Amino acid sequence: MHPTYSRIWEMQITLEHYLFLSAFLFAVGVAGVLTRRNALIIFMSIVLMLNGVNLTFIALAHYLSDMVGRVFVGLGVTVAAAEVAVGLAVVIAIFRNKGTVHIDVLSLTKW
Amino acid sequence: MALLFYLFALVVAFSAVMVIIRRNPVSSILYLMLVMFSLAGLYVLLGARFIAALQVTVYAGAIMVLFLFVVMLLNLDKPDGVERKRAVTRLIGFLVAGLLLFLSALLVRSNSIQSSGMDFRPMGTAQAVGKTLFTDYLLPLGIVPVLLLAAVLGAVVLTNKKL
Repeated sequence: MHPTYSRIWEMQITLEHYLFLSAFLFAVGVAGVLTRRNALIIFMSIVLMLNGVNLTFIALAHYLSDMVGRVFVGLGVTVAAAEVAVGLAVVIAIFRNKGTVHIDVLSLTKW
Repeated sequence: MALLFYLFALVVAFSAVMVIIRRNPVSSILYLMLVMFSLAGLYVLLGARFIAALQVTVYAGAIMVLFLFVVMLLNLDKPDGVERKRAVTRLIGFLVAGLLLFLSALLVRSNSIQSSGMDFRPMGTAQAVGKTLFTDYLLPLGIVPVLLLAAVLGAVVLTNKKL
């Protein structure tokens, strides 16, 4: 490969590109959790973070020519599905009892 | 291949930011769906075809529809009027996330990974993943149904009217 590239899209894609993208996804998820007050949006931000980690797994599995990373992502997707089902049930139960999903109102375990 | 990567990466980054800055939960969900589809494209570029199919069916198909159902059910599709703008909290949140991004970028740049090119080798087919899953990872695979059953029971119990 040439060390100089005339255009950015002729540059070769390396592992670092993927790792940086997944770090960005994770950071966006963290920003969503810290700044939003709607419980559903916070939940979506957590899903974003999970996807960032999954991208890291897949990129490293490809880089190392290893199958284990992909198997982990497959199991992780299943765990995420279970987590979302239970979490949304919790959100529904909270909404039924409190009438809102705004987390500033839901300070039950905060003293 | 590089052009495809930049296309998908741009869509992922833009949609992820839109997920957390849109006021309306429904448009957040639709942007999150866009993130899932573009990530599936990136997985195909990384040769993980089975995981890409799993991403589309489970994440974009099942989880996002579940989110959409809950938003419709709870009638949350109007922008949240209670959401006050607290500039200090918001600023601190974005600062912490930016610091995290900066530190992880430092980590990515400064490790011992030899950054060779990522060529396109489709090795994550369903057959290959399944072979590993059903031989070396048989016990986790056996625990997954128990987890799913527990999740189903938990969801049913939690949404019970008498709770």
